[in-house]
Amino acid sequence: MTEIVNYIIGFFLLAGGFLSLVASFGVLRLPDVYTRNHAASKSATLGIMCILLGTFLYFYIVHGIFNSKVLLAIVFIFVTAPVGGHLIARAAYHSGAKLWDKSVRDDLKDKEKYDRQHS
Amino acid sequence: MLEIIIRITLICVSLSMLGLIYRVIKGPTTPDRVVALDALGVNLIAIVALVSMLIDSDAFLEVILLLGILAFIGTVSFSKFLEKGAIIERDRNR
Repeated sequence: MTEIVNYIIGFFLLAGGFLSLVASFGVLRLPDVYTRNHAASKSATLGIMCILLGTFLYFYIVHGIFNSKVLLAIVFIFVTAPVGGHLIARAAYHSGAKLWDKSVRDDLKDKEKYDRQHS
Repeated sequence: MLEIIIRITLICVSLSMLGLIYRVIKGPTTPDRVVALDALGVNLIAIVALVSMLIDSDAFLEVILLLGILAFIGTVSFSKFLEKGAIIERDRNR
């Protein structure tokens, strides 16, 4: 029983570490703010949720401690990390961060003109 | 076996934090730095969880929730500052 649980916890931890490495690699390699934000806010969130789930299982099954704060932290990170990513991408767009020069379309650019025509 | 896995994961998370620190230092624009700092806070949560597993103590698990809340508040206030120039706006009808 404990051996199987050890395998499950190890899988969660390794998956979390790998996803966090992937997030860092994306932040290093991708060309502009929006793609970097995309990498950081998705992979890092999933990685941290895997690691926290492994921690919760470890303390629950190996030590018999039911720690509800870790569960609450998982839910909180799952709710707030995409919201933070959205806010910072919006702030980047409105403060004039350039898109990658190979990106093809920017629908938000014509928003002012569209609003003036249709109001 | 589990201890070795925890150590490997710690190394992975530390390498990822190093990459993010490079982006914080070099990042061309301010939103880049904010994105990288947000991800740094998230990775710090992972390090706290892993270390509390290594030393077999559940005394530091409150820190996880606290760091999550602080990282979110920091990101929101930074993005509000970048977008509007003020974090707490003044009420006009008073």
